[in-house]
Amino acid sequence: MAEAPTSEQIEKVITESLVTFGADPDAISRDAALEELDVDSLDLAELSQVIEEQFGVELSASDVAEIKTVGDAIDLVAERAK
Amino acid sequence: MSEPARPDGACALVTGASRGIGAAIARALAADGWPVAVNYRSDAAGAAATAAAIESAGGRAVIFQADVAEPQGPARLVDAVHAELGQISVLVNNAGVRADGLALSLSDDDWQRVLDTNLHATYRLTRAVLREMIRARFGRVINIASVVGPRANAGQANYAASKAAVIGFTKTAAVEVARRGVTINAVAPGLIATDMTEDIPTVLAERVPAQRAGTPEEVAAAVAFLASERASYITGSTLYVDGGLSA
Repeated sequence: MAEAPTSEQIEKVITESLVTFGADPDAISRDAALEELDVDSLDLAELSQVIEEQFGVELSASDVAEIKTVGDAIDLVAERAK
Repeated sequence: MSEPARPDGACALVTGASRGIGAAIARALAADGWPVAVNYRSDAAGAAATAAAIESAGGRAVIFQADVAEPQGPARLVDAVHAELGQISVLVNNAGVRADGLALSLSDDDWQRVLDTNLHATYRLTRAVLREMIRARFGRVINIASVVGPRANAGQANYAASKAAVIGFTKTAAVEVARRGVTINAVAPGLIATDMTEDIPTVLAERVPAQRAGTPEEVAAAVAFLASERASYITGSTLYVDGGLSA
């Protein structure tokens, strides 16, 4: 991408993916724990693909393991996409 | 809830499709409308014959040379197929080798060669296609196992280990991706009349309840079914095509 994505753009993509995985849209917030949203390792593997396609950011397995909340995911992608 | 239909513009990849069971599988999938990637390692003429048979029946086939036993072979093959034929919706891990000998006298090379082709390539190819399959919410991986593995066969400890491991891999990988509409199954042929079994005494066929060897087409029919939309609720299974041998 020519310009780094905004935090809002990243949040939109991540939120849409989580809804696709079956998370309750009303329960999704920056502070929401992925575990409480029933997001598991398969969902995170797919989310990594979406993030790579949309933002060109490759997340390793250890990166993904550090993601506990929706906000963690947004911040990590924003940091890497700079 | 119905399963998603197979994606438009998707293809099937069959490894070891230059002859025998692999060639029959490639023909059967092409007859079901799949564009087929015909992989071979060394038998270029056989692969050409498989592709010609598919095309003369009105199907589409593209030939890909690759040794899937090499560590980088599977990823390169998947990339090449993807570039030429698009998304891979069906993967048939058929390529297999034998290097028989009693366990007490097998060489490390004979052990490694059989595991590399029969097991490691199956894992690496499956890994290479699964990401796209889960995104598509459709995918079929069919691993060709054997009755040897679940059952003993003196002189084939390496082969048995590889095929039993393929069944174990199939089960666990299947449950990991089941909710994405991707199925992973094994087909376990018994005594099938191919080049690979021509040195096996015909007297062995008498031990088969059906009293005969099977044909590659009979194995291919099972694979084509598992690849179809009709098999959407079958995953992690091993389908024996063995004339009752393992019953």
